Amino acid sequence: MSDHKRMWEKLNLDIEAHDGLLEVLGKFYGDIYMSQDNRLKGMEYMDFVLSEVHGLRIKELQDAKAAGRKVVGTFCVFVPEELTLAAGAVQVGLCAGAEVGSARAEDLVPRGTCALIKSFIGFKLSRLCPYIESCDMIVGETTCDGKKKAYEAFAAHAPLYVMEVPQTKSAAARALWRAEIVRFKERLEELTGKAITVDALKAAMKTVNARRRVLQRLNALRAADPAPISGRDALLINQISFYDDPERFTAKIGELCDELEARVARGQGVAPAGTPRLLLSGCPMAVPNWKLPYVVESSGAVIVGEESCIGTRNTRDLVDETPETMDGLLDALAERYMKIDCACFTPNDERMDNVAALAASQKADGVIHYALMFCQPYAHEAMKLGHTLADKGVPMLALETDYSMEDVEQLKTRVEAFVEMVS
Amino acid sequence: MIAGLDVGSRSVELVVVDAAGRVVLARRVPTTFHPLRQVAAVLDGAAPEAIVATGYGRDLVAGAGLDVPVTTLTEIKAHAAGARRLFPGARTVVDVGGQDTKAIRLGEGGRVLRFEMNDRCAAGTGKFLEHLAGVFQIPVEDFGAYALRGARAVPIGSMCTVFAETEAVSLMAGGAPPEDIALGLHAAIAARTAGMVRRVGLEPPVVFTGGVARNPCMVRLLARELGLDPLVPEDPDHCGALGAALEGLARANGAPDARGATAPGAGG
Ligand code: SF4
Ligand code: SF4
Repeated sequence: MSDHKRMWEKLNLDIEAHDGLLEVLGKFYGDIYMSQDNRLKGMEYMDFVLSEVHGLRIKELQDAKAAGRKVVGTFCVFVPEELTLAAGAVQVGLCAGAEVGSARAEDLVPRGTCALIKSFIGFKLSRLCPYIESCDMIVGETTCDGKKKAYEAFAAHAPLYVMEVPQTKSAAARALWRAEIVRFKERLEELTGKAITVDALKAAMKTVNARRRVLQRLNALRAADPAPISGRDALLINQISFYDDPERFTAKIGELCDELEARVARGQGVAPAGTPRLLLSGCPMAVPNWKLPYVVESSGAVIVGEESCIGTRNTRDLVDETPETMDGLLDALAERYMKIDCACFTPNDERMDNVAALAASQKADGVIHYALMFCQPYAHEAMKLGHTLADKGVPMLALETDYSMEDVEQLKTRVEAFVEMVS
Repeated sequence: MIAGLDVGSRSVELVVVDAAGRVVLARRVPTTFHPLRQVAAVLDGAAPEAIVATGYGRDLVAGAGLDVPVTTLTEIKAHAAGARRLFPGARTVVDVGGQDTKAIRLGEGGRVLRFEMNDRCAAGTGKFLEHLAGVFQIPVEDFGAYALRGARAVPIGSMCTVFAETEAVSLMAGGAPPEDIALGLHAAIAARTAGMVRRVGLEPPVVFTGGVARNPCMVRLLARELGLDPLVPEDPDHCGALGAALEGLARANGAPDARGATAPGAGG
């Protein structure tokens, strides 16, 4: 432990506050995760990774840095990890799921900003996140207004690079995005001093696609009734996919899926067959934002999918690995990322279809739409989605919340009533 | 005999039904800071075979170790069931209680099709009215009749309890008739409540329950906003407890427990 402490000191973390954070996180994890009975053996790896989230994984990043590799941090699934890996760098998703330093964050961003944005700013200003402090470059993107403007303020505090994500999917928007991918590639080459080759990019595409495939396999197994894995555990797996070593992670989740397959074959699950099945849809839930999944699964329902960036929005589409030229590969990347159905796009009708299709494939009895407070894009789409799903006879509950615990009772009442309704 | 117990933020209501579903007892006590003590008081001498607890404090009762089996039910389903019993044709239920407001759309057989609830803020609830009545130095029970004496509602912009108070006070200082201000406050709540009802898909007949349904001004203004007369039970406060008791009877007769007794992680 003292080795970790020395490392944290070197990263200039606020040691005392950081100790406090780890303690709260540990307790929270114990309550929400370790209290589950009959967990999968494969979740031991997740428990271990999470217990070492600020320890061993940070050590690995430091070792990689000592060996000359760069670390790139991201906040959005639009940043093509394939390029980062092809440049020999490590990419980590920065989590932003805890209510930390939000009072300080309000020095930089207005009060009516979503909890996710406040959280990453709060983490940085309070020197609590060893990932942020390990980054040689942090990539922002012009998605929602809140993030766009927050990055302007954030740039004074961190080595920031911003990708321009278009607002529509017109031909001109696609050309802009293709150009942004090239610009990002060049920036990475400059950062790492390494030219990205066709072979390296193809290899990176295989790595990232393999991780997407294993997460697709996990989701497909969740279509079984009884559900073989809790939504909490599945969310955690998706969360960890953002910062664990991709190859190791894929192998571990592969093993876990083997275990799940055997469970499904035996007709075993985490809750009895016939337990109401719910799909979560909406804003990403970053570590350690486990509040709503916990409320849902304490209300007699089981979560069978996450339609979010920390979920199927990140894993649904694969990149075409077959082109043999750099231009062809970059075209394939641009095309794959433009399939993301983020609420920041207008129009964004494909998301409506994707949610309905996911609810059907996961055999969900209902959908809970989750929007962070002050998140305009997702709050708007909640209304639209409600109509789409109503037409298909799928009940939906729209919730708006943040990272604080003060509304847990109100959430419980709504969620329980929704579970009563779909039962 | 089965008891329905509605533990709300302002009051605790008890309704006991017999095996035929007839109400044999209805009581009400304030919640106070000692809800469990009040639960014991309201149950005194009732001796039901089972309790179904609903409302804000339902889990508190379920975990209190009473010597009677306790299950829980949300306020949504409880109010739906209660309203359905009182007005069998009910299609929409509006409940304005001490700390929350809900609108519920019912389908065939009283099934809950959709519902809406106010968020964590108490704007537009009984608590709001109680606070504002205090500003007028009027008991909350008389506030509705007082507001009905207003000739013209003064528009009130704020639904935040604190800001609404400031607004009311400055309107009074500006010389507006206090009855008109009171009417304006009621109108603001009625408009907000009606919006919630429209969002769940207003369909008559509409039943208005909860303590605020005793307020004649609210009933009148809600009727105007919705364009129809809501049905108000004789005892609007007891609707949730009644629904809980009826659900308890259904459960005792073998209806499946709607809560799904096992949570994920506890199964095999
Ligand atoms: S919701 Fe949109 S902005 Fe947020 S991470 Fe996903 S793609 Fe990016
Ligand atoms: S949750 Fe909404 S407001 Fe917050 S960063 Fe994402 S898109 Fe923007």
